[in-house]
Amino acid sequence: MSVSRVFVANRGEIAVRIVRACHKLGLEAVVGASEVDMDGMAAEMADRAVCIGPASAGDSYLRPELIVQAALGTGCDAIHPGYGFLSENPALATLAHEHGITFVGPPVEAIELAGDKLRARREAEAAGLPVVPGRELATLDEARALAEESGYPLLLKAAGGGGGRGIKLVTGPDELAGLFGVAVAEARAAFGDERLYGERFIRNARHVEVQVAADDHGNAIQLGERDCSVQRRYQKLVEEAPAPFLAETTRDALREAGVAMARRLGYRNLGTVEFIVDADRGDFFFLEVNCRIQVEHPVTEEVTGYDLVAEQLGIAAGKPLSMRQEDVVLSGHAIECRLTAEDVSKNFMPSPGTLSRFAVPDLPGLRVDTHCRDGASIPPYYDSLMAKLIARADDRDAAVALMLEALDGLEVEGVETNRSLLASVLAHQDFANGAVTTRWLEEEAIAA
Amino acid sequence: MLSDEDVREILKLIDESDLDELLIETAGFKLHVLRGAGVVSPDPTPHTPDPISNGLAINAPMLGTFYRAEAPGAAPFVDVGAKVGPDTVVCLIEVMKMMNSIPAGVSGTIAEVVAQNGELVEYGAPLFRVEPDG
Repeated sequence: MSVSRVFVANRGEIAVRIVRACHKLGLEAVVGASEVDMDGMAAEMADRAVCIGPASAGDSYLRPELIVQAALGTGCDAIHPGYGFLSENPALATLAHEHGITFVGPPVEAIELAGDKLRARREAEAAGLPVVPGRELATLDEARALAEESGYPLLLKAAGGGGGRGIKLVTGPDELAGLFGVAVAEARAAFGDERLYGERFIRNARHVEVQVAADDHGNAIQLGERDCSVQRRYQKLVEEAPAPFLAETTRDALREAGVAMARRLGYRNLGTVEFIVDADRGDFFFLEVNCRIQVEHPVTEEVTGYDLVAEQLGIAAGKPLSMRQEDVVLSGHAIECRLTAEDVSKNFMPSPGTLSRFAVPDLPGLRVDTHCRDGASIPPYYDSLMAKLIARADDRDAAVALMLEALDGLEVEGVETNRSLLASVLAHQDFANGAVTTRWLEEEAIAA
Repeated sequence: MLSDEDVREILKLIDESDLDELLIETAGFKLHVLRGAGVVSPDPTPHTPDPISNGLAINAPMLGTFYRAEAPGAAPFVDVGAKVGPDTVVCLIEVMKMMNSIPAGVSGTIAEVVAQNGELVEYGAPLFRVEPDG
């Protein structure tokens, strides 16, 4: 299971991040890029870049057979999928294994299980984790029955989905029939699986997730938690570690629950166990397991001091984790902002283009994970993430101040960005006071 | 056929105009631009070979392993000097045991076999050089 040359099946900042980790470990990195990404930063940094297809992700980054063929043809012994694209698609992991290539991620069974929300929930219950009251809904009548038991609002989700798609919030009985039909249609269209899941909606929820890691040597540990409550349409915008405004007993219980879930699943590699914390009552419920490196992993790296992508590569190569649970000590506070090429004033319309200028200020404690630079292009075919700004300081207030300074000193020309929205979130009294829930950004910050 | 330069020029003209939408369609080419939509729809036609010095290239329409013949030991589909038409099969590209027959897409005479038999070819990589007819 030795790993010496890694195929990077992704693009943008995470492809750059993976190439860096490979080089740090003395591994070669081959980047599989679409036609428009061949002149990107990741392709340039890699030992080799191969063009896997045209710009459209459906003809390039989303094709497992092209990825594996390209990995084989370039002599790679491992594939790192990054996040998004095929990272949680069991087809890529399966095909890689069939051709003797190590997939940098959990076993196929764990990916399949985590991708099925109903099964994941049953496993969570079996592992002793609290779950939100809810169940699978085959018909509108069953949805009505659940609503009568648990009351409104009711959340309808695609049972086979993820990434925030296919989720509908039903606020009252007059909306139920219409939204039930829409949710079924969306679930079928997006995931080819029209099963729905309904659950009690927790009005004031915080999104808290536990970073777990497990190796082939029986070690399963947690590396603390992250709060990702600042969201728009279930897409995270600002994340931080450790989670603020959490009772210490809740924090300990969450971390233990994360490890219990990882052990229950026989998990390997890096994973995230997501929870919602009821902001009004302080109790928490299992949400889902993410079988990949998370976009927001840097905040955990900044407070623990570990390189999580390097750990992923090590675990995949059969090595033990470089740390034991007792070694994991969180120090300071880290906040991440996702800078995107979107025009906030035009309802977050994507703003692709060429960057005539991109520069980040050089500030102590600031880390920037990005593929952007002067002259780089933001193509219209992919998500609009340009950079992740990560501010680390001794405490939360200092991290906020550093992030505001970083956002202010950022130079971006050529595309519209969400910078001003990020700054207004960070400077908001509610953010400072811990009054932020998962609906806060849409209901308070943007509406205001 | 428009060059990238032409497309950039067109986009610049639109940018300076009051047009909100523009559709240009010629044989084998379609450009659709919507102002403010943030998306330029990609060229829906198959990849057209880029002109290279003294001729045309047949480029790989997909990434895969390049094979010059149907089977090991068999005669190659085409060799230098062979006349090809748009539908002449010139090679196979294998993607995960799927053999894809690749047509020339152009008319002319094979002037050079650029890709190596049994090697990985990238999307868009030149496979053959072709001297155009006439």
